[in-house]
This record gives sequence, C-alpha cells and structure tokens, in this order.
Amino acid sequence: METKKELVVPAIENGTVIDHIPTESVYQVVHILGLENYKDEVLIGTYLQSGKLGRKGIIKIKNKHFSKEEVSKVALIAPFVTVITIKDYQVIEKFATEIPDHIENFIKCANPKCITNFEDIPTRFDIVDKENLKLRCHYCEKYTTKETIKFIS
Amino acid sequence: MSTLKGRNLISITDFNKEEYLEVLDIAEGFEKNPKQPILRDHVVATLFFEPSTRTRLSFESAANQLGCRVLGFSDPGATSVQKGESLHDTIKMVSSYADLIVMRNPKEGSSRYASEVASIPVINAGDGANQHPTQCLLDLYSIRKTQGTLDNLNIALVGDLKYGRTVHSLVQAMCNWNTTFHLVSPEELKLPSSVKASIKKAGLKYYQYREIRDIIGIADIIYMTRVQRERFTDLLEYERVKDSCILTASMLQGCKDNMRILHPLPRVNEITTDVDRTPYAYYFQQAQNGVYVRQALIAAILGAK
Repeated sequence: METKKELVVPAIENGTVIDHIPTESVYQVVHILGLENYKDEVLIGTYLQSGKLGRKGIIKIKNKHFSKEEVSKVALIAPFVTVITIKDYQVIEKFATEIPDHIENFIKCANPKCITNFEDIPTRFDIVDKENLKLRCHYCEKYTTKETIKFIS
Repeated sequence: MSTLKGRNLISITDFNKEEYLEVLDIAEGFEKNPKQPILRDHVVATLFFEPSTRTRLSFESAANQLGCRVLGFSDPGATSVQKGESLHDTIKMVSSYADLIVMRNPKEGSSRYASEVASIPVINAGDGANQHPTQCLLDLYSIRKTQGTLDNLNIALVGDLKYGRTVHSLVQAMCNWNTTFHLVSPEELKLPSSVKASIKKAGLKYYQYREIRDIIGIADIIYMTRVQRERFTDLLEYERVKDSCILTASMLQGCKDNMRILHPLPRVNEITTDVDRTPYAYYFQQAQNGVYVRQALIAAILGAK
C-alpha cells in the first residue's frame, strides 16, 4: 500500500482499489476490465514505489465493485494483484486474484488454423499450467502461452 | 447395447480403454461378417471439406455395408460453403437430413465445434493437424490383430514424430497398456516433449534412436511415417537425414517373426516396394481394417450394436 503520510493516488470513498499491479501491466488491466469506457472516476498510478514489487501500479475505480470471477481474468497477466473493496473510505474486503481453471471468450487462440479464428465462436480454454501460463484450446487442443497470448478486443 | 450410443468421437481421448476395446471387439465381428445391413433405415452424412480418398471411401463403404444411405460432399466447391455459408449453418442444416455426421475439415477444432452445434452425433474424420481418431482405432485394431494382444509390446515409431498426428494419437492410446516405445527420427522431427511427458506420466519407457537398424531386432510393430521435405528449415539437413528413415527389405534381417510394419498411408518412398512382398508388410491390410473399425463405430454410435 502507499505510505500513510501521503497518498500518491487519492483515496476513494466508495469503489475498488486494484493494487500491486506490475507497473508495465497497468494499462492492460485497464483494458481487461473495460475501464476505458467506464463513466465515473478512474485514478491510475504507475511506476510507484513498492516494498513488494520495487515499482508497481495501482488503479482506483470509483463506485464500482467486481466479483472474484470478473477480476480473475486480471490474474492471467498480473498474478499477484490485490483487489480491495472500499465503502465509506473503509476496507470492506481484500483478496488476491487467482488464475481461473477455465476461461471463456476472452483470449484469442494463438493457432492461426483454429476454427475460432474463422467463425464467430466464443473461445474456450483450460488453463493447464498456471505457473507458466499455458492455456489449452477446447477446440483445436493447441496451446496458447504467455508469449503468444492476445486478448479479444 | 453399447455405451457408445449417441456419442461423438472427436478426439482419441474422448473414449477410454474399455471403450476402445469395445469398438475393436465389434470390429472383429464385422471382419468375420462384413455385410450386416442392420442400419437400413439410417442416413450417414459424409462432409469432406477437403479431399481424402481413402478415409472417405472407407467410411462410405462401412456405411453402405451396414445398409445405411450415404449423402454428402467430397468437394466443398460445389456446395453452399463456396457461397460463404458458415460451418455452423451447414451443420445445423445437415443435422436435419441425417442420423450421423462424418466430417473432415482442414480447420483445427472444427469437429469439436460441429459436435456442439449438431443435434446428431459427429465422428471426426480429421481436423487439420489436430485429430484423426478413427485412424488411431484402426491402428489399435491392426496391432491387436497381428500380435494377439495390446499388452507388453515394443512399438517402434519411425519418421516424422514431430508433426505426425497419427503418431501422437497412437502414443496416447497405447499408454493405456504396458508399452515400450522406440522412437526413430531425425533430430528436427523428434517426438514433442508434451507427448513424451504423457509416456512418463503413464509410468512407461521410451528410447530414442537415429537409425532404423537399431530397432529391427527389438520391435513387435514398426510404425512408419513419411518424412516431408517441407518440414525442414535446413534443406541440407533434409538431404543428410532423408535416407535414415527409409525401410528396405534387406534391412529386415534379424527381425522378430511376429514383427509387422504399419503405415497410415499414403507412402511415398519411405517403405520400398520390395518390403511389400515380405510377410512383415501389413499396411494394406491395415487400411482394409479401417472399414471394419468404421462399421463398428457407426453401428455402436447409432445403437445397432
């Protein structure tokens, strides 16, 4: 968390704080959560001092709450993110994101010959290796990895 | 009645060991008596989005011998697919015309998707480089037929072990029995580590070789595949290794009497024709076994066995 003396990113009264984001992944997290089009205040901090990560990013979203399932997608690119629910400036709930076992319609299959890249089909993956991020396509059975991962825009 | 009634067969892992054996047992019955018109009131649709003479004719022969009527296409150029119809819509339409779909499509994962869209069972007859499960079942049938068992065998796999989908499926399936794998391939075409991992996970052993002669005296089955020039980034390397995976009759000295040579066909030059005249050649019978295995699958899935 930021130092108590001075908050680099201002506190919010109600909403969600997403903390401990690797600084290079902040804008990807914004994109994954669809915050580009969110019609309320979103405060973004990058390259902030962090004891845990050296440098980190943080996103504060006013008047918005996420389910564990919604933010589990974030764990795919930023595995150690903390999600904090705030009400009346108080921490109501705090949890670390977890990589899900399955994911639907969120990642593109990296296999150019996969049927999902030709027809309008929601993609489906089983996450077979959470540590090294390896996803197996439900359809073509090929693997998409950290290096080849692309999000459906 | 079979537990396979109404099931899809998309990937070799869709069936378990008992179910493989069930198909092989039913297929044995068809080998003894192929003409059993037990599905006279049924229609099988064979949808071939790319040409495949052997697989299509084998399925159509199997369906015809069961008394089924067969409809379909072998060239999507003459169908509404050419007009831009989606696979989704084609499958929806065919579901109302037939009782079973047999599909080959070059797009990987297309058969799994078709099985989710169709209201009737789907058999995958090959989806690009992904799966071709009926080939694997006929390989199992051929191995059991020639060896009398699937247990405690030394299976040598030769050639393109990296891209050959039949090799990957066969390894996966044979991991259900106590198999020792002998892998012969050029360095560039070695079995992928994920497939080797499944051998280890099953508690089984594999050995790797560069030359066929090293496995001649060990193997119960030599499963040959084609080494394709276009798989090599370095053509000099191709020239250097291309002959290391060619099997000739003179190389068979010292092999076991029970040894048989399999090949998914078509072959080019990796088995010389003088091998055809030896008692070890089994690849043409293997292709013939494909009809019995496909009869068994159609009959089981449509509930006639």
